[in-house]
Amino acid sequence: MISSKSSSTFRFVDRISKAEPWEDRLLRMILWPAGVLAGTVSLAIVLVITIEAGPGLGEIGVVRLLADPSWHPANGRFNLLPIIVDTVLVAALATSLAAAAGILSAIFCTSFAPRMLATCFTRMIELLAGIPSVVFGLWGMTVLVPAVAALAPPGPSLLAATLVLTLMILPTVTLVATSSLSRVPASLLIGGKALGLSAWSIATKIALPAARRGIATGVVLALGRALGETMAVLMVSGNIVQIPGSLFDPIRTLPATIALEIPYAEGLHRASLFVCALVLMAIVLTTVCFIELFQPESARD
Amino acid sequence: MMGRAVPAQRRCRGLALSVGVFLAALIAPAVRADDKLLLTGSSTVAPLAAEIAKRYESLHPGVRVDVQMGGSARGVTDIRHGLADIGMVSRALKADEADLTAYTIAFDGVTMIVNKVNPITTLTEEQIVAIYTGKIREWSAVGPGKGQIVIENKAEGRSTLELFLDHFKLSSPEIKADVVVGDNEEALKFVSVSPNALGYVSIGGAVYAADSGVPIKALPLDGVEPTIEAVATRKFPILRELNLVLARPPEGRVKDFINYAQSGEVYDLVKELFYVPIR
Repeated sequence: MISSKSSSTFRFVDRISKAEPWEDRLLRMILWPAGVLAGTVSLAIVLVITIEAGPGLGEIGVVRLLADPSWHPANGRFNLLPIIVDTVLVAALATSLAAAAGILSAIFCTSFAPRMLATCFTRMIELLAGIPSVVFGLWGMTVLVPAVAALAPPGPSLLAATLVLTLMILPTVTLVATSSLSRVPASLLIGGKALGLSAWSIATKIALPAARRGIATGVVLALGRALGETMAVLMVSGNIVQIPGSLFDPIRTLPATIALEIPYAEGLHRASLFVCALVLMAIVLTTVCFIELFQPESARD
Repeated sequence: MMGRAVPAQRRCRGLALSVGVFLAALIAPAVRADDKLLLTGSSTVAPLAAEIAKRYESLHPGVRVDVQMGGSARGVTDIRHGLADIGMVSRALKADEADLTAYTIAFDGVTMIVNKVNPITTLTEEQIVAIYTGKIREWSAVGPGKGQIVIENKAEGRSTLELFLDHFKLSSPEIKADVVVGDNEEALKFVSVSPNALGYVSIGGAVYAADSGVPIKALPLDGVEPTIEAVATRKFPILRELNLVLARPPEGRVKDFINYAQSGEVYDLVKELFYVPIR
């Protein structure tokens, strides 16, 4: 879809410029290597990770990666399953929370709030988006984790990780939802008003369905970020490899495992961490495919 | 349409080629073979050796020192087979390694730490083992203080974890931890904000942190206070040497490098990595 569109654009440019001006030629000379470089680098990354993960997949095998008694790579135990479950679980929980809060606040901003308040709120959310993840982690570790520990020890937990992640991805969901809602054609909203619908009905029955593809894209983008987030999660999740029995149990995610163990990992341990990277990439790519599913129709809107 | 694209492609191929040649010329090592040192072995020694190597290189322009990790076992094997100029081993040499000579460049000790508000003053080795294997869960069972003990452990592969396991005769799967952290800094940070935490860090890290006002407390072990002196005089129970090893008497560049690595000029690097300088 996208490729066919871009090639038709090129054909159009070719037709209007029989003699290509020198600026365009220069631009071509810059853009070609830039494009080739970007493509090569991403391919090289995938290739290197796959090659490095090879011994892990070959010698350990998929069965042991999913069925070993525990994750103790130094002792030859390589069960990745709890880590994969934890990664998906915490990202899904955080994305649901962020989606609920983000979409509701976007409706509030576009349909109910006075303009001043809406602008003010949007600026605050943009500020939240600018906070580096390690700062979220530090805040989580010094404020959130002790608070959770007071409720139920030990403190670093699925709950703490979920809350920190929710705050981190909230701006993505809120800002994308706000812009999607504000791009809903005024004629639809006026039509709703003319029919005597309440503001709530206009927002939920007209604006929300009209903007749903844009909103869904924002949610999936946020999910992708939640899956890959490393530092903030590492600092508040406790990093114990287990499937949690409650919200107060510690968990371990794939990116945290790589960051924690790669500096001193050797041999099969190292290879198993590259398997982690491969699995993580597969999960994130799957979510990106979901965005592609939403994209074509939202482009038509 | 394609007719126009092809020359552009050819041009950028030429451009890419010349850029590549230029980069290769930049990277290509202009180093003579006798001015090259290769160190291989322990991943505990490697960061320190790499820092020392960096400073040594800046003092001796034209000399290149490469440091490669691969574990103490690789350090021993490589130096025996002449694959490296210097081996790195993070323990004293064993009886069957009498053919090698060790040059200690630093010491590394591990101490138990708690938050400063914790009223506990000491833990016995049995209590530590019982806590880390999940048999004791409450502070009240081992002394003053109350609440659930939050047990902090290190990530797989970390040298402090190995030293800890080795000393207490434990294996990784036996440990029932509540929190796993990566390096000493993270361990210190977590214990400093968690009143009920129990953790362990490199002794140098604990001492420097406590001195600079981080609210943590290092516990004595077997009646020995956790101080830099106790490590330097080898009195502290959880202790190991960080060694450079050779199979032959040192000469030339190797001798010069080892002398430098043992000299007072690198003590600041030793301390930066939370190890204890030799005296």
